[in-house]
Amino acid sequence: MNKLWSAGRLTYAALAVSALLSVFPIYWMFVVASRSSDAMGQIPPPVTPGGNLGANIARLFDNTDAYFLTGLINSAIVAVTVTVSVVFFSTLAGFAFAKLRFRGRSALLLVIIATMMIPTQLGVIPLYLLMTKLNWNDRLPAVIVPALVTGFGVFMMRQYASQAVSTELIEAARMDGCGTARIYWNVVLPALRPAAAVLGLLTFMTTWNDFLWPYAVLNDPENPTVQLSLRALSDGYYQDMSQVFTGTAIATLPLLLVFVLFGRQIIGGIMEGAVKA
Amino acid sequence: MAVQLDALPPVTPAERSTARPPRRYRLSRLDEKYSPYLYIAPFFLLFGVFGAYPLAYTFWVSLHDWDLLAAEHPFVGGENYTRLLADPDFWHSVVNTLGIFVLSTVPQLLAALWLASLLNRRLRARTTWRMAVLVPNVTSTAAVAIVFGVLFGRQFGMINWLLDLVGVDAIDWKSNRFASWVAISAMVDWRWTGYNALIFLAAMQAVPRDLYESAAIDGASRARQFWKITVPLLKPTIIFAVIVSTIGGLQLFTEPRMFHSGTNPIRGGPLRESQTMTMYMFENAFAPHYNFGYGSAVAWLLFALIAIVAAINVVILRRLGGTDGPPRVRRPRKERAR
Repeated sequence: MNKLWSAGRLTYAALAVSALLSVFPIYWMFVVASRSSDAMGQIPPPVTPGGNLGANIARLFDNTDAYFLTGLINSAIVAVTVTVSVVFFSTLAGFAFAKLRFRGRSALLLVIIATMMIPTQLGVIPLYLLMTKLNWNDRLPAVIVPALVTGFGVFMMRQYASQAVSTELIEAARMDGCGTARIYWNVVLPALRPAAAVLGLLTFMTTWNDFLWPYAVLNDPENPTVQLSLRALSDGYYQDMSQVFTGTAIATLPLLLVFVLFGRQIIGGIMEGAVKA
Repeated sequence: MAVQLDALPPVTPAERSTARPPRRYRLSRLDEKYSPYLYIAPFFLLFGVFGAYPLAYTFWVSLHDWDLLAAEHPFVGGENYTRLLADPDFWHSVVNTLGIFVLSTVPQLLAALWLASLLNRRLRARTTWRMAVLVPNVTSTAAVAIVFGVLFGRQFGMINWLLDLVGVDAIDWKSNRFASWVAISAMVDWRWTGYNALIFLAAMQAVPRDLYESAAIDGASRARQFWKITVPLLKPTIIFAVIVSTIGGLQLFTEPRMFHSGTNPIRGGPLRESQTMTMYMFENAFAPHYNFGYGSAVAWLLFALIAIVAAINVVILRRLGGTDGPPRVRRPRKERAR
């Protein structure tokens, strides 16, 4: 057997170090979040949790600079709305591109792929002007509406649908008198479920995590997303680090939760995507 | 007019030979023909309004003296661009962006290759290892940047404490230009190494194992096998990863912005130690300057830089391994011929 495939002690040691480096900053975030604010000045730095988490959380939610609760609620609204919409529209368009024939199909698909290359920054300024015109500045639609559908999602669903949805099944449904809308709902969507779940998870995480655009368009400190609450916390004149870290920990928690529950699918999705790219 | 000489009946389309098709059938024809457009329309509508239009409009705005608070926005042509090209702060941000980009991308991709080769061995608890290296990727960027900002603190930061243990003097990570690049790159590496490792791992699993078997029989060492078989065969995936990292790396914003939270955040430190191009765009377009024309010009130059760097990457990567030649997987001739 080739040595390349055997995993010796050295392999495990190297992996353990990598895993430790990966997990430590997150772990330490929770450590500081659970201690009093003088933990920051201690030498050597503390690496075990303390008993101050409850008090820190209470102070965090009382902090009138951060509007942390509003931030959490807003982020939840934005992330859930965007996720549902992206999954719905992407599966719909992906199905059309993969399984339906229509004029201009390949050219339109090319446009969609091209849109994936455009950096967000390029649109920030005019988008801001547009939001001013629509009177959406400082309001959640400004964050939600531009994100309701993504080229990445359409492309991903198209790739998956072209092999996961059987053409025969679609024809059979058609013979039975199904319209395309019913075919989408009853035949295609169930077949796309695994990929749609991965797209949903990735979309949720990206949206929850987004900083640049909300930072540009939500300037009202009383109506932030959770990431903007973190910004307000960490830019504060007096920095109570254990409180800031409690904020970062809570803001990261939903992402970690999703990852713990669906990590296997997310990993599968990333590796799938790479093979096809 | 042509005269039909033979006795065969004229050919008519099947549907015309029968009576008018039932209503439901006609509806379903319409449905089949036009509903695809309905299904893809949401993307094009939304992208048109919130993607394509802003894109073109950015360019239009960049040709104006566009003060957000002014009533008039006079047309100035290329003036914003010429001013920008003579603006030392702009070039400072370009150098920062490129510096952080190189410092973060190169070690990240090399480490990812190495990590992928570790993960590609026969392992116990495979999924656990994969999840452990991916977990940085699913955290909140803003949150992590704050945490790293503290880890890289001058007085009480854990990194300086560790350095002190091995006899290195405290480094002022936030106000030394190069040190701040290193700290921000560390954040980016931390976040993306595991993600890229999984992408490389997927490609590695597609490499036929008998290639390694025969190389091993020929006496090639493990390192030699890695550089002569794995890396060349992974080239398309590596190019993909490099381009994605380029696009992401040159747009860096959240990490440096939050790293400097508290003091001169949008300038990236008191002397713009790690102000990236996106931060410079924000500084000009939004508070404190509100100069949308100038900011838009920065955005377009950023786009140009991304395109240039991506093109250079592709050329370099094409060259690599071009002469030294990857060991081709030879296919039987029959298969190669059409």
